Amino acid sequence: MKRSPFGRIWPNATAVLLFVVFAFPVYWMFATAFKPQGDIISEDPVWFPTDVTLAHFDKAVHADHFWTLVRNSVTVTVVAVLLSLVIALLASFALARMRFKGRRGFIVTFMLAQMAPWEVMVIAIYMLVRDSDMLDSLVPLTAFYMMMVLPLTLLTLRGYVAAVPKELEESAMVDGCTRTQAFVKVIFPLLAPGLMATSLFGFITAWNEFPLVLILNKGIEHQTLPLWLSQFRTAFGDDWGATMAASSLFALPILILFIFLQRKAVSGLTDGAVKG
Amino acid sequence: MPVHTQGTDTAGEPAVRKAEAPSGPRGTTRAATASRGRRAAAAPYLLLLPALLATLILLGWPLVKNGMLSFQNLNARQLIQHLTEWNGAENYQEALGSSEFWAVVQRTVYFTAANVVLIMLLGTLIGLLLARLGRRMRLLLLLGLVLAWAMPVIAATTVYQWLFAQRFGVVNWVLDKAGWHSMADYNWLGTQFSTFSVVTLLIVWQSVPFVAINLYAATTTVPKELYEAASLDGANSWTSFTSVTFPFLRPFLYATTFLEVIWVFKAFPQIFAINEGGPDRLTETLPIYAFVEGVGNQHYGMGAAISFLTILVLIVITSYYLRAVIKQEEDEL
Repeated sequence: MKRSPFGRIWPNATAVLLFVVFAFPVYWMFATAFKPQGDIISEDPVWFPTDVTLAHFDKAVHADHFWTLVRNSVTVTVVAVLLSLVIALLASFALARMRFKGRRGFIVTFMLAQMAPWEVMVIAIYMLVRDSDMLDSLVPLTAFYMMMVLPLTLLTLRGYVAAVPKELEESAMVDGCTRTQAFVKVIFPLLAPGLMATSLFGFITAWNEFPLVLILNKGIEHQTLPLWLSQFRTAFGDDWGATMAASSLFALPILILFIFLQRKAVSGLTDGAVKG
Repeated sequence: MPVHTQGTDTAGEPAVRKAEAPSGPRGTTRAATASRGRRAAAAPYLLLLPALLATLILLGWPLVKNGMLSFQNLNARQLIQHLTEWNGAENYQEALGSSEFWAVVQRTVYFTAANVVLIMLLGTLIGLLLARLGRRMRLLLLLGLVLAWAMPVIAATTVYQWLFAQRFGVVNWVLDKAGWHSMADYNWLGTQFSTFSVVTLLIVWQSVPFVAINLYAATTTVPKELYEAASLDGANSWTSFTSVTFPFLRPFLYATTFLEVIWVFKAFPQIFAINEGGPDRLTETLPIYAFVEGVGNQHYGMGAAISFLTILVLIVITSYYLRAVIKQEEDEL
């Protein structure tokens, strides 16, 4: 392909510029978190911190109830995602492999459920949870997070199950496996990467969830990290160093998970859910 | 209940399998399928049962409850004393009759439209750029996009508050140095337009990677022969884009646009965490408005009515897409 020098340069120049635009906020979060206070509140920004301090992290970690909130967030997220994986796996197998009456109706139901506007249902959920005396508890929170991630998990897994060639399962059954055994021994191992990728989006959703915990759990020791983080700055009086350290701690697990699983997850998302 | 599924599958089958074994591989599968008959017919429903129960209890019930609440006069007093006071369609009359509600609807629609247009436009351009770049530059850009995509919403919101902080914020410093000196100590959360600008930038920054990366992935599936054929027919890069790439990407763009409409329309944490719908409640979109009216001002019935209307608006906006999705399912089966 013949291209003028200009034609070769501009895509690369644009790419570098875009990289800076997209990566900068994340960089700035970490940079600020490690900078000494004097470099944070300086008239001219210190772009590349030379002095590094852990004081802000120390402050964030020793904030009241920090470890309780970490435990709450991890518990709620992990339990919700695991539950939804188990439930979705059963259902996706039926939807991908079996023919039965009402199948289309079920799929459409889950597609609609995937678009459920949870953000505007919090009032009704609050009333239901309050009437069952479950405010300030992690149980309803876990249950609803499970439901929030269930439709997408289910539809994505359906794509993964459908992608496993039917012949594999059939030949396993010919070799004497029952259908359940064929599933456990043949399909499940092939699904493992798909399961990990699918759970990534569940993790992100549950880890990030904000409106519901905001209304359900008022007691600090029953809250989760997003709520804590959103109130951190006010609580610490515009201490940007500590706030960015708190943000970094909150974001790090997701960033790591995401970078490892992103590639698989992307194809899964487009195969299973977006396309339908 | 799921235990039964296991029962039918494991206990029922081996016997059948043994009996049919001599008739050869092909025949075995068919005969086994046939003889499992009625018991197997229940299997898919049993497998689906947990998912259906969860959906009914955790999604259906709140929706019904929301509908019921919207016909009640439910304020702080009724809440504490556990009173149920039905008041007919009063909440709806009040909401639909107030100019405030319609102002919020209009604001939400404009806000959603602006964000979605920006996201789709930039996402598509960046996706096409990704397809054009060399390997190394593509990885670099992908890394930037993935970082932005992966950033948890509340963390991102907090970082944007810091980027746009009035004192010591980087954005104000850059604008000041670039010659716009009145921005040196600009309070971004002071006006409706500037607050929306920050929120829009945040949402676009977070949503573009999804569109760009998926669009890039979609372009890699376009068969090379099509481009060759097009260039034999004398197509330049623009016509080969409009006649080959674009038709290939159309279904994807279509689906993504509607997903983005839904996501932006429902956006809650970004707007709420950045300024709680302020200044003067001027950046409240429908979900925030429902929350502030219902929970903040303790008019729970009213909040539920607004929630219901919000869902209705959302359904109207996305009905075309929903119909297409349902029809596509129909065609595939």
